[in-house]
Amino acid sequence: MKILVTIKRVIDYTVRVQLKRDLSGVVTDGVKMGINPFDEIALEEALRIRERGDASEVVAVSLGGTEVQQQLRTALAMGADRAILVEAGELQPLEVAHALKALVAREEPGLVLMGKQAIDDDMAQTGPMLAALLDWPQATFASKFEFAGGKATAVREVDGGLETLGVDLPAIVTTDLRLNQPRFVKMPDIMKARNKPLETVPLASLKPPELPRLEVKGYEAPPQRAGGGKRVADAAELVRELRARGAL
Amino acid sequence: MRTRKRLRGRRISLGALCRWLGAQAEALGVEVFPGFAGAGPLLEDRQVIGVRVGDMGRERDGEPGPNFAPGVDIHAGITILAEGCRGSLSKQLIAEFALDEGREPQTYGLGFKELWQLPPGRVKPGQVEHTVGWPLPSSVYGGSFVYHLDDDRVYIGFVAGLDYAHPDFKPFEAFQQFKHHPTMRALLDGGEILSSGARAIVEGGLQSLPRLEMPGAILVGDAAGTLNVPKIKGVHMALRSGMLAADHYAAHGKSTGFDAAWHASASARELRRVRNIRPGFRWGLWPGIANAALETVTFGKLPWTLSHHEDWRAMLRRDQTGEVPEDFHDRTLAPRDRLASVYFAQTAHDESQPVHLKVHDTSICVERCTAEYGNPCTRFCPAGVYEMVDDAEGRRLQINAANCVHCKACDIKDPYAIITWTVPEGGSGPNYSLL
Amino acid sequence: MSRVLVVAEHADGRVNVSTARTLACAKALELETDVVVFADDGSAVAAEVAKLMGVKRVLRVDAPHNAHAIAAVLAPQLAAMAPEYSHLLAPATTFGRDLMPRVAALLGVPQVTDLMEVVDARTFKRPVFAGNVIMTVRVPDGIPVVATVRGASWPAVEAGDTEAPVEPFTVDADIPAHTRYEGLKGGTGAKLDLQSATRVVAGGRGVGSKENFALIEKFAERLGAAVGASRAAVDAGYVANDCQVGQTGKIIAPDLYVAIGISGAIQHLTGIKDARTIVAINKDGDAPIFEVADIGLVGDLFKVLPELEAALDAEK
Repeated sequence: MKILVTIKRVIDYTVRVQLKRDLSGVVTDGVKMGINPFDEIALEEALRIRERGDASEVVAVSLGGTEVQQQLRTALAMGADRAILVEAGELQPLEVAHALKALVAREEPGLVLMGKQAIDDDMAQTGPMLAALLDWPQATFASKFEFAGGKATAVREVDGGLETLGVDLPAIVTTDLRLNQPRFVKMPDIMKARNKPLETVPLASLKPPELPRLEVKGYEAPPQRAGGGKRVADAAELVRELRARGAL
Repeated sequence: MRTRKRLRGRRISLGALCRWLGAQAEALGVEVFPGFAGAGPLLEDRQVIGVRVGDMGRERDGEPGPNFAPGVDIHAGITILAEGCRGSLSKQLIAEFALDEGREPQTYGLGFKELWQLPPGRVKPGQVEHTVGWPLPSSVYGGSFVYHLDDDRVYIGFVAGLDYAHPDFKPFEAFQQFKHHPTMRALLDGGEILSSGARAIVEGGLQSLPRLEMPGAILVGDAAGTLNVPKIKGVHMALRSGMLAADHYAAHGKSTGFDAAWHASASARELRRVRNIRPGFRWGLWPGIANAALETVTFGKLPWTLSHHEDWRAMLRRDQTGEVPEDFHDRTLAPRDRLASVYFAQTAHDESQPVHLKVHDTSICVERCTAEYGNPCTRFCPAGVYEMVDDAEGRRLQINAANCVHCKACDIKDPYAIITWTVPEGGSGPNYSLL
Repeated sequence: MSRVLVVAEHADGRVNVSTARTLACAKALELETDVVVFADDGSAVAAEVAKLMGVKRVLRVDAPHNAHAIAAVLAPQLAAMAPEYSHLLAPATTFGRDLMPRVAALLGVPQVTDLMEVVDARTFKRPVFAGNVIMTVRVPDGIPVVATVRGASWPAVEAGDTEAPVEPFTVDADIPAHTRYEGLKGGTGAKLDLQSATRVVAGGRGVGSKENFALIEKFAERLGAAVGASRAAVDAGYVANDCQVGQTGKIIAPDLYVAIGISGAIQHLTGIKDARTIVAINKDGDAPIFEVADIGLVGDLFKVLPELEAALDAEK
């Protein structure tokens, strides 16, 4: 079985994101970039499945400019067998899902593993969208994943607790934080990764349909907390104040 | 005292320059491994044969965790140590090969730098201002710089000599106080801090420079100590020494002769001219300035060379010092405190890794240092890494290693010299993309 | 037809508060609002929803396959209902975030995640970069708005004066059999999850010891709150690091956050900036936590906590 893993290049999670002065976006110039942490978890899971013999190949896929090769090379260094870069400009989740659908038709994976969301736009859409387009099952926010035969079981981290979902394969699984802890990239593997195949596919060759897009009207800083709130004298007044605000 | 001048050309971020240089090197086929820390030198038969890369994935207690990845050994015909000031490998090798034998002790300053976005109209791109003195007491060497950049941004920097004597002196707070000088406050008020950082700066100059070669390895840049102190300029000297090392290796294929080659170079002449300026400031600010003026007009040709002392030995015990320096106050400009400054340094460390600041005997902190020096680590560390905690478990040293901005001040200034700064997991540390 | 359809989130026959928050967003759109309840027997939930303010109709889609909220099962049904509506809204909980992108893709339209503010009927604000930046997006004309609504931004609507009619509703859609619900664990009895808890009580270095931290846990239990901690408390070994709130811990947005003995370093505040009400209890009146707190009490926690519990008991 082949596993497709999607990789997004994002501003590194340790970076304090700054708005551009003209509010046209966030500063990316000279900013540390990396693989979306949830995608790293997805890749780690795929590698573990392959390492225990339940998959034969792990293919890392990303969409974007040539700079995304860096992240795909890292994915190859972590252990992906090959990588595909769909050369594209800035895409929205629905467009990404359509491009991935075309790649799925070509690659015919038995499983697509994706991060539950990207830490830049925080949309969490591409996974379920791809599942819808393929009419495949989806298990989002997975913190545990097992499979045998043509069926898989995922434990999902939902607000009410841990939900167990059975899905037929092929399926889309999006990964949550607790699924695993991704391995460190080893230096010799970085050198080996240079010789692994990294294919570049122009977006147009996937014949994407014309799709409606959200118009981005602008960016702004979040409202500051007013703070410096009321000082209360004692516990009783605190409880009264909380009740008055409906906070209890 | 204040000077002002205008520079032509562009002021760029050193971080941006390094990234650009990295890309150029990779295009030439050089392997660049960001995110991997050189943890220790490899030696064989009194010869440096390479570097051991740090382990990844050790737990807090030092035991290998589930994702443990041992560091690899990189062997090399020659190892060029370009770690910057107080490099942890360079430090070991300087000791191992006694490269500082017959030299003056090395001395350091603690530098701070912040990037501010200011309201339109205040910034004069190209303008550079330097000050010495205020708010430092006369006994502490140091000063400031302000670089006016494009887009209404400025760099504000401040350096305080780490050979200061009073254990209660607080370098970080001195910098913050400097920002509240009426002229600085007028510049910064209403602006927004974007980034901050701190780093030790090597100040010993020519007389403290260790031998720059050892079997199998070469020291360059601030790892060696080539910075021109009166100008607070190290980059051009570092670039030159790196180029010289490359030429030397290409021509000879070994480290032997590099020390002589460097000392015959223009860099050595530059450092020779200014060698007596920094040490003159141990007499205080005004005598220091007078000496600096004398040394400048004579191009450093006076027939003497002033000496240094080790910074950690320069600190006086509380019973040897006079009055506690006045605490700084009335701070309204960001950052609010050291932790807020750390936030703007965007420092990050996986908190499950072993503490990378090794304090060899923490009983000294409680049993001696509290009484003798009042735990100055809690004051000289600009990142709030060191804290003395009094709680149910008694008084003890708490090391908040995740705050560390890798400035190395603790490794230099601790009055018992019991702190060793080691490299944390690769990729950890401050994220100075704009500084 | 400018009309809103809200998808009710419910469990164990009770409507989830996230539904009432989503209705608040629907209200801001100033459009007629229906609520759809997918269930095997949605009678109790529908009756509860019918009382909520601003609901025009409650549509009950009762079917055995709707016994559990499976996105692959609900999405085609919701997509089939879409032509009657200009806006489809669901809470931005794991329920809505699982379902709505799937619905949007079936409809061939983009989706808006975490809607936090309505600018106009097609223009919305939403957080990106973990809330550090706000983005304004507009859904182009001629297509339905499919969105999930961020709970922390919308106070739940109350019960109204009137009761909306509940109508049984049948949907014609192909129901896939490839996804099966196999159980739910947690909720009752288990330790409350910090990330999803509506109330959090957190302790800092000021708590002083591992033993004292039990006081924080006890008070949290009293309030029905999850337990959090500052990094200082975690580093001092008072509490496990999975409780850590802040830049390098968890980013949370509870309705009520009680910070006890926490000084409020900027790294900690980053993790709680979206909390609705922040209460600070600290003996240092100059602690930075008071600069962001909505209610502050300067005092010794060992004295204040027992008094607080007594005050809570007294007012019960």
